[in-house]
Amino acid sequence: MSETTTTAEAVIRVPTPLRGFVGGRDQVTVPGATVREALAALTAGQESFRDRLFTAEGELRRFVNVYLGRDDVRRLGGLDAALPAGATLTVMVALAGG
Amino acid sequence: MSLKDRRLAELRARIPEVAAAEALDLQQGGALLVDVREDEETAPGSPAGALRLPRGFLELRIEDKAPDPARTILLLCAGGTRSLFAAEDLARLGYADVRSVAGGFSAWKAAGLPVEVPPTLDAAQRERYRRHLTMPEVGEAGQHRLLRSRVALIGAGGLGSPIALYLAAAGVGRLTLIDDDRVERSNLQRQILHAESRLGQRKVESGRTALLDLNPTIEVVAHDTRLDSTNVLELLGGHDVVVDGSDNLPTRYLVNDACQRLGVPNVYGAIFRFEGQVAVFGGGAPGERPCYRCLFPEPPPSEFAPSCAEAGVLGVLPGVIGTIMAAETVKLLLGLGEPLAGRLLLYDGLRGEFTEIAVPADPDCPSCGPGGTVTLSDIAAVCGA
Repeated sequence: MSETTTTAEAVIRVPTPLRGFVGGRDQVTVPGATVREALAALTAGQESFRDRLFTAEGELRRFVNVYLGRDDVRRLGGLDAALPAGATLTVMVALAGG
Repeated sequence: MSLKDRRLAELRARIPEVAAAEALDLQQGGALLVDVREDEETAPGSPAGALRLPRGFLELRIEDKAPDPARTILLLCAGGTRSLFAAEDLARLGYADVRSVAGGFSAWKAAGLPVEVPPTLDAAQRERYRRHLTMPEVGEAGQHRLLRSRVALIGAGGLGSPIALYLAAAGVGRLTLIDDDRVERSNLQRQILHAESRLGQRKVESGRTALLDLNPTIEVVAHDTRLDSTNVLELLGGHDVVVDGSDNLPTRYLVNDACQRLGVPNVYGAIFRFEGQVAVFGGGAPGERPCYRCLFPEPPPSEFAPSCAEAGVLGVLPGVIGTIMAAETVKLLLGLGEPLAGRLLLYDGLRGEFTEIAVPADPDCPSCGPGGTVTLSDIAAVCGA
């Protein structure tokens, strides 16, 4: 008898300016029980992508917003906020074009 | 006794009549005074603050203006006869306290009571705005409000094109265009305000030509200049709504901070490729609506900023976002519905999806928070690779 374990997964929506880091995809499914784990999985192995989202201290940069559902994760406990099953995270950066 | 006179005698026995001076007292106490004469009769003058609703439309439209059937309704015509017939109709409709003003507008004037000359639409305006006039949410009062409105539009480009065209078509009385660019052929894939025949013209002049061709009855003010911290308050001041269709982050921050200073709502939209964002920032009571800095407190450093190289965008994308911006502007001007405030609408053109995220007002916001310290400044151009 083998025991199966399920790892929580989250869908991350990636804004157009950052899609170059994920092969042009607009959303990516990653494992993670917290926002931090999911974003770490998203940026794994890509230092420049990680640098784009996080400060050297590992905090989310002030010009990058991440939403769990429709709420800014900074209002939900920050990067350590737990992800419910089937969570959708939306990464958002400023767009300038008009 | 004629049939009419017999009927009037019956009505006088049943419908309470009030003298003009008493009607004014009741009006000031909360009663609704309705002038039921025809438009051509009310055009030279009508009691101040009266609702002007010709008798032919009375039952059809009264509930939009007087939803509470217990409110006292005072009906006024020229001499006090038609108002009796109208009063019976409203009583039958379900209004509990309907009275007729004895002697009508003649008695009102003779008593020296306050009169106003209602703004009127000419025949061409009635024809032009017919689809607005037939909607109770806009109607004649709303159309007058649009005609008296002033909107400043920053950028006569991709977003600015549909915004300017729809606001001009809607009859926004004064439209101020601010842009320092010239029309190039590469603009025409999306900037539908301009045309091949106007290549090389200043965008604000080309835009002015197009807008006055669409609606020659409005005023279009063209400022062929770039917004900066020294001119922004002067250029945006005196407008009811500012619409930000600019194409760079420094201008977006400057417009936001200036609108906060002026207390004017800022209708924001931004686009890139197949994606767009739109929201209404500021313009409410302090702390009520967020501003752009509640969403993004500061611009990214240049190495992380959006590219300043000509960014690709699907030609129709500014149409999708710009028309939403125009709709929000008209809503703000008319005080209709719920503004797109406290939330940001995201459009994903490839998926054909709209999603919404919450943007609450940030009490620590450097621009709109109670201790806001932002001064108007020209942020150096921030450009990514």
